Amino acid sequence: MIRERLGKELLFFDGGMGTLLQERGLAPGELPETWNMTRPEVITQIHRAYIEAGSDIILTNTFGANALKYHDSGYQLEEIIERGVSHVREAVQAAGVSRPVYTALDVGPTGKLLKPMGELDFEDAYNAYREVMICGEKAGADLIHIETMSDTYELKAAVLAAKENTSLPVFATVIYDERQKLLTGADIPSVIALLEGLRVDALGINCGMGPEQMMPVLEQYMKYASLPVIVKPNAGLPVQRDGHTCYDVLPETFASYMQKIADTGACIIGGCCGTTPDHIRAMTEKCRGMKILPVTEKNDTIVSSYGSAVFLGNGSKIIGERINPTGKKRFKQALKEHDLEYIMREGITQQDCGAHILDVNTGLPDIDETAMMRDAVQALQSVVNLPLQIDTVDPEAMEAALRIYNGKAMVNSVSGKQESMDKVFPLIRRYGGVVIGLTLDEDGIPSDADGRVAIAEKIIREAAKYGIRKKDIVIDALAMTISSEPDGAMVTLETLKKLRDEVGVRTVLGVSNISFGLPSRPVINAAFYTMAMMNGLSAGIINPCSEDMMRAWYAYHALAGLDENCAGYIAKYSGEASAAAPAAAAGSATVLSLKECIEKGLKDDAADRTREAVETKDPLDIINEMLIPALNHVGEGFEKGTLFLPQLLMSAEAAKSAFAILKDRMEKSGEIRTKSGPVVLATVKGDIHDIGKNIVKVLLENYSFDVIDLGKDVPPETILETVQEKGIRLVGLSALMTTTVVSMEKTIRLLREHAPGCKVMVGGAVLNQEYADMIGADYYGKDAMQSVRYAQELFGI
Amino acid sequence: MKRRTNEAVRYLGYGKKTADERTRRMVDEAFLELEQAADPKSICRIFDIGRNSEDGIQIGNLTIISHSLARNLRGCDKAVLFCATLGAETDRLIRRASITDMSRAVILQACAAAYLEEYCDEQQHLIGEEMAREGRFLRPRFSPGYGDFDIHYQEPVMRILDCAKQIGLSMTDGYMMTPSKSVTAVIGAGPDRPGCVPEGCESCRKTDCPYRR
Repeated sequence: MIRERLGKELLFFDGGMGTLLQERGLAPGELPETWNMTRPEVITQIHRAYIEAGSDIILTNTFGANALKYHDSGYQLEEIIERGVSHVREAVQAAGVSRPVYTALDVGPTGKLLKPMGELDFEDAYNAYREVMICGEKAGADLIHIETMSDTYELKAAVLAAKENTSLPVFATVIYDERQKLLTGADIPSVIALLEGLRVDALGINCGMGPEQMMPVLEQYMKYASLPVIVKPNAGLPVQRDGHTCYDVLPETFASYMQKIADTGACIIGGCCGTTPDHIRAMTEKCRGMKILPVTEKNDTIVSSYGSAVFLGNGSKIIGERINPTGKKRFKQALKEHDLEYIMREGITQQDCGAHILDVNTGLPDIDETAMMRDAVQALQSVVNLPLQIDTVDPEAMEAALRIYNGKAMVNSVSGKQESMDKVFPLIRRYGGVVIGLTLDEDGIPSDADGRVAIAEKIIREAAKYGIRKKDIVIDALAMTISSEPDGAMVTLETLKKLRDEVGVRTVLGVSNISFGLPSRPVINAAFYTMAMMNGLSAGIINPCSEDMMRAWYAYHALAGLDENCAGYIAKYSGEASAAAPAAAAGSATVLSLKECIEKGLKDDAADRTREAVETKDPLDIINEMLIPALNHVGEGFEKGTLFLPQLLMSAEAAKSAFAILKDRMEKSGEIRTKSGPVVLATVKGDIHDIGKNIVKVLLENYSFDVIDLGKDVPPETILETVQEKGIRLVGLSALMTTTVVSMEKTIRLLREHAPGCKVMVGGAVLNQEYADMIGADYYGKDAMQSVRYAQELFGI
Repeated sequence: MKRRTNEAVRYLGYGKKTADERTRRMVDEAFLELEQAADPKSICRIFDIGRNSEDGIQIGNLTIISHSLARNLRGCDKAVLFCATLGAETDRLIRRASITDMSRAVILQACAAAYLEEYCDEQQHLIGEEMAREGRFLRPRFSPGYGDFDIHYQEPVMRILDCAKQIGLSMTDGYMMTPSKSVTAVIGAGPDRPGCVPEGCESCRKTDCPYRR
């Protein structure tokens, strides 16, 4: 079995397939896998040449064989894969070599971009791969090789599909560009963290570069990877010549590079585009019998997002705590209303404040936590590149989030209770992750450090049974409220120190618990935070938008020699003294009125003026006397062509900030601003550009319409359902392209049939009045203001 | 002022008018942000034009029926298939802005479009230099979806160039490119130096377009 040989001896892959097929007449754009049926002798002959050149592992000609590429090729996917596997088998027979030759099911990208940047759903990608993996195992492949992946999300779908549906060893290699990143932005440590978390058998690099350019990437792999490393370069960088792509590294040169690559630590080597049986022969002749470097376990604690890795252990990392409904009325409301934008804004704000990781907690009685958690994670990873910390006690919500998370997540949490460990550890084993272990168990929270350390050790021991390593556990030493437990802080600090020095495990704390029930909590929190970092705190769960906490963080890192040349501290605070001066000077200048602030689109000033105004004036009067006239003024300017879209939206944003303050005030006093509508907005099925729809939304909301935003790529049925359920009178649809206006027409037809009372307004780049009439819309809005005007007319405002 | 700034302002609906100072400042800032986020990549491949009649063009093994493209390629014996993208992070930047501030989102959107055009121009210039060595001159690039060059040709163009693998560019079932700030095009090349042909925007027959230069 190949598993037993991995990491113990040097193994050889084959070389290029696609480039050889092109030489033999495969036309540009033709699907290479069709040759499994139409030119089987060519495929078998290439496999055989590689076996005779010394390859131990032969890739089937199935790189692009998935349902998404083959949905209308006229071939059955299963047959393409079966033939692909049997061609390798036939070649092995024909070559008649005595050494074992393994058949690797070759699996490449689907060619589609996953949501949120593309339209392919994660589970649809998973299902497409699942089909391939099952066929491959059934056809008799010895292992699965997922390669040339350039998106961590698609990579995760493929690996999960292989692991969950077959018992075959899984190899996974990705393609880096000259920035040493994947096309979708992931860096090297984040890819390694993801794949090791998913428990592949070997990982590495293929395609994209020649062997020379791969050396620095390989060095990074050797630094971070704890698994056998695969390297399969192209025969150099591609060169265009006479309309053909050529690769210029010759077999001997290639072999010399591959020798260096094996010396550096790769233990499964081969070639990709442009390499031929000659390259592979030169390589195996030069390298066969070379001793390989032992595969060593690395001890970095890494969590990752789609784009970057965060290392715990070097200094203290900031975990933003604000995506959590506990004690937050506004957040609870957002959860009840499924207001994902609010959650995304909380994420963006915390990143801007300096968070490294974001905690995500969506637990609230009466909501479906699993669905909410899944939606929140998907929404957040579409706008922030920080790793997320899945914070829930519900194993179902935890699993749902871990599954669709694009990276290696942090998980909050497991405790020393057997029941908790029995539920959480299998999930970490399956999806990977760094898990927080709470130092409490069936007997509660130990009052001394030794008791907590003992629970930490128990958690680490139990995790080991699942193959979860200590580096993937972060122990929460538990901050206890000092107002009720006078020595609480000291016990926690001692626990941190022991965990660091005696157990050698990373640590975390929910810092602000310490000051519960005390006045001026930030004072205590910041001081305790500093003390905790001094005692080895790897990560603090804090509010990164609290200036006191951030000051403590910057100061500690500067003082502890963790901020080289105090660069971080200086960058953060050197501007402070001078920034205060112009602000004071501005105070003496003319103060703009609220109406002027909105007309000029000054968001912060508009908020300030509103806060002042509510002290003396009724919120509804402010709206009617200041906000509405200002908005009308700007709207008219836009219609006349004296003001333009950016200005219209700056004013809209300024008004929005004013409305937010007024809304808050009115809720407190029980006053109600009557809203019109609701109006449903949607970007139609198949269309994923929603900027136009979002512009209309901002404006409608400012003009006191209640908007139900169904998002983008919305099926006609969903729109109809919403209309019927809520008795909607107006729907706004947007579409960008001629190809998606078709869905717009379908939606209108469906609405006409089942909700004849509902009016439909449309807009979008390719639409005009004529086109809108043709598809049966009630109104064509040339721009966002026109949509507002139509809505006003319809609702009689 | 840089050409791309003027173009961005035009995309924002200012037509030939000058933008206000604040918008111009935000445009400048947006370009700086885009330079950080964008990861422009392109790929091209040169083919012989097999046949170029009034309505049919043969590029490699791809047959295109399009009067507008045929007109664009008149006198050309080679055609360059070209694809370019600013990458997924650009989309994310715009998306992020649309959560926090729509005015920034539309400005980023316009600037990204201008930035992409500028990048394509640069790449096309490089291709032009290459072709000039063989005594050929390039025509303005022509994209599926313009004139009667059907948007559906985008699929084979992207497949022939293996865009998904090479530059991370793919397409939805509705023919929308993902990442969104991307271009596919055909660029003709022929032995005759083209006369002063109107380029890009001006060559379009949609004279009532609000974004017309």
